[in-house]
Amino acid sequence: MTAPLLALRGITKRFSRPPDLAARIAQRLGARAERTTVHALDGVDLAVGDREVVGLVGESGCGKSTLGRIAARILEPTEGERVWNGPVQSGAGDRLAVQMVFQDPYASLNPRMRVVDIVGEAPVVHGLVPRGERESYVAQALERVGMDATLMRRFPHQFSGGQRSRIGIARALAVRPRLLVCDEAVAALDVSIQAQVLNLFVRLREELALAYLFISHDLGVIRHLSDRVVVMYLGRVVETAPTAELFARPNHPYTQALLSEVPRVDIRRRTYVPIRGEIPSPLDPPPGCHFHPRCPHAFERCRVEVPALREIAPGQRSACHLNEISR
Amino acid sequence: MTAVLDVEGLRMHFFTKAGVVRAVDDVSFRVERRGILGLVGESGSGKSMTGYSIMGLVDPPGRIVGGRILLNGRDLASLEPEAWRRLRGDRIAMIFQDPMMTLNPVLRIDTQMVEAVLAHHDVSRDSALARCREALAQVGIASPDERLRAYPHQFSGGMRQRVAIAIAIVNKPDLIIADEPTTALDVTIQGQILFEMQKLCRESGTALLWITHDLSVIAGLADHVCVMYAGRIVESGSVDEVLDRPRHPYTRGLIESVPSRNEPGRPLPQLAGMTPSLLALGASCAFRERCSRALEACAEAPVAEWSGERSLRCRNPLP
Repeated sequence: MTAPLLALRGITKRFSRPPDLAARIAQRLGARAERTTVHALDGVDLAVGDREVVGLVGESGCGKSTLGRIAARILEPTEGERVWNGPVQSGAGDRLAVQMVFQDPYASLNPRMRVVDIVGEAPVVHGLVPRGERESYVAQALERVGMDATLMRRFPHQFSGGQRSRIGIARALAVRPRLLVCDEAVAALDVSIQAQVLNLFVRLREELALAYLFISHDLGVIRHLSDRVVVMYLGRVVETAPTAELFARPNHPYTQALLSEVPRVDIRRRTYVPIRGEIPSPLDPPPGCHFHPRCPHAFERCRVEVPALREIAPGQRSACHLNEISR
Repeated sequence: MTAVLDVEGLRMHFFTKAGVVRAVDDVSFRVERRGILGLVGESGSGKSMTGYSIMGLVDPPGRIVGGRILLNGRDLASLEPEAWRRLRGDRIAMIFQDPMMTLNPVLRIDTQMVEAVLAHHDVSRDSALARCREALAQVGIASPDERLRAYPHQFSGGMRQRVAIAIAIVNKPDLIIADEPTTALDVTIQGQILFEMQKLCRESGTALLWITHDLSVIAGLADHVCVMYAGRIVESGSVDEVLDRPRHPYTRGLIESVPSRNEPGRPLPQLAGMTPSLLALGASCAFRERCSRALEACAEAPVAEWSGERSLRCRNPLP
């Protein structure tokens, strides 16, 4: 097997707030220092192969966005390493090779910049395009994402949500990346517009030989786009498998619950059987398996020991103690 | 059986400087006791404004300019504002998308819930509290006594939405209007809320109008569905009829563009273009520009045709 394009190994990320003035005074007066720490990621491995689409699913607070940001080098991990094996552009290292498409097409475009500047700034700064050819380059970039190039003098507020999404994608592609990290890139769009943007992602992947790390809470979108799916829960990967396998034979109780909760157009007037409880706070994650307080099959060992991610079928790995009992 | 809510030819327009926006234009539907009606549409289709019109929450420059809103046979649109206020929160209640907007962040839950009871009923504070406790238990909140003394920020998003639902049901309304109440929630929490709402409607007989952009939620929850486009209901009927055999090209386009129905990796059938501006609608069918089946006759907007409980607004429907 060849080395993956991007490998993240043992990534741990903790966020903690430096003590504010009141806390420092309290400490000086002898109070016990208590720093609240968010355990966003806990020893996560992730690999994205060349031209592979990896779908990353999980609910809010599971750390999927943090992982995406580490993959795109917007954040540095607290522990663990990030290895880029793909080609790099001279001078910029792998900075340009991984680009990000953000969720909110309203907040991620500078309202005071024209489209030509939004899309054209980075390639000029990094010397990919001479300043004089900027406009023709931007025109090309806009046409690639299905937009009218004559609109490049406009400001973001003059565009609809779907068009802004396309501008965000054009901006990410302008520096010729190999991997796009898409963080809920279609979540804010209406159904009919979402289909247009998803089709654009599929087309661009073929045209430009791109790999994607596609982050979403929408399993329908993930299933449609991904080759492989990674399921996260509270800072850890609980299951990873090729898309067809994961949807046909989910192994981890959390994955099973997640799949059964998803409403589908072809399932009518169903009776909902909710899974209990809520996602625990990443400020104070439970010991053992993070899912055990909500798991219908939890037993003593789950409360104490963290299950490791083990291979249970070719390409399918799951972190659950149950797999060892049934063998 | 008489319907709890019977909306007939409702029109709500905004009179802006740029022109008249026909946000809700000739909308008719009915919801029966124990019934769940789904109102589906994309942003700007007028689905939320329909809900606000029924609640009497339309502010100027918006105004109801026509039609009737019959709640148990009584026309709300002709009521004085004060009479409408007495019904709001008592006979009809609304749940919004963002529970943090519904709940006052500086008041405890008990203050807010008791206020909702005392505003409509002449009962003692203690018996009002007892009702609140009961409502919280109904929406699946454990240890309601403790939770009553908490502030909204001490709850998670899903719990806040449960509290908002509890406030809506505390006076046992005849009709609940739910405007995208699960859109901001996670999948597993959404499942729990849908479960509670379904149970509530079955047990108490409350009618439910569920407003959403998500067809798959409607498929699992509702028994009837209305599809809105540019201020009008283009198709309505039972969920099975409309979702399995859509006749309006827009409904079919919407259903087909849902990713989970399609083979992974294949291009999704997509609706071209985008929703038109409500200011520039003109006399033709609002969907004409995006429609693959458009005819010459579509230059004149079609009227709704009813057959049984199914309605359709199209000059060239699918077979």
